[in-house]
Amino acid sequence: MAFVNLKKREVQVKIVYYGPGRGGKTTNLEYIYGKFNDRIQTEMVTVKTHGDRTLFFDFLPIDIGKINGYSAKMQLYTVPGQVKYNATRRLVLRGVDGIVFVADSMAVRREKNILSLKNLHENLKNYKKSIFSIPMVFQYNKVDLAEQGIPILPFATMEKDLNSQLKRPAFEASAVTGTNIVPTLKKIITMTMSSIKDELK
Amino acid sequence: MSYTLGQKQLDDIDEILQTDLIDIGVHCVFLIDMSGNIIASLDDGENKHDIYSLAALAAGNFGAVSAMAKIVGEGEFSLLFHKGKKENIHFSKVLNEFLLITLFGNDLSLGFLRLKVAESVEKIKKILEPIHTP
Repeated sequence: MAFVNLKKREVQVKIVYYGPGRGGKTTNLEYIYGKFNDRIQTEMVTVKTHGDRTLFFDFLPIDIGKINGYSAKMQLYTVPGQVKYNATRRLVLRGVDGIVFVADSMAVRREKNILSLKNLHENLKNYKKSIFSIPMVFQYNKVDLAEQGIPILPFATMEKDLNSQLKRPAFEASAVTGTNIVPTLKKIITMTMSSIKDELK
Repeated sequence: MSYTLGQKQLDDIDEILQTDLIDIGVHCVFLIDMSGNIIASLDDGENKHDIYSLAALAAGNFGAVSAMAKIVGEGEFSLLFHKGKKENIHFSKVLNEFLLITLFGNDLSLGFLRLKVAESVEKIKKILEPIHTP
């Protein structure tokens, strides 16, 4: 639920990186944190287990400058991807304005992507939001692994599995190398801001 | 979905937080929504914190505690408070969608703080009621 502050002429927007466990959601935020260090005034917040897996969420606030005369603050969150953490995943989704679905391109993770997308659908319904109307971008991560001979699903297959009905923008990406991480972010920011533009007058 | 607060509403909220809480010795107070957005924040000029991170964590923490309450058959826990050596933190729900978070030192008693927080919550409710989504 974006908040428009007319006094400070500021808008705060919540963007959530969703997807199966070990898919690269946290790595996305780490890359963004490194890349835009000068625009981020705080440390990245992570709540994780001893095994370095996300337990609750990661949080990164980023200033993207002025949009329609409003200074725009993007609040980036990740959810814990592991199936067992659905209760906390649902909490992070509260008030979400835009979603990046980070899918794992490895062939062995095919089913996990589909299950995670179904889970997102269910969790959004819980907040009376629809996966069909919320701003959303797909990111097919880990394409760099193909060079190491690891079986990767082709773009067309990922699209057919996840995006055949939703028809959202999709990027092949590598969070480790940074390929298409910033374009993914830019796209979701554009879509989310355009969905609330009527409020910014 | 989004919501907007104007200059007058935000000024009124600042005024309430200043006179009811900062003036009695609270270190830092902020009003957030359950998504983790910051609506208003004030401090005493000496105690500065990273409020954006605090807001995100507070909203998550409050959500987690509410979910625990439901599991054990409580509607919600009425007192949410963390005690530290020097700094304490108190959470109070405002309507269904908002949260008032207060940081204060040991010179202020919890009872007095709760009283003042309850007073300000009642006043803030009147301002936020029109945008409240049940």
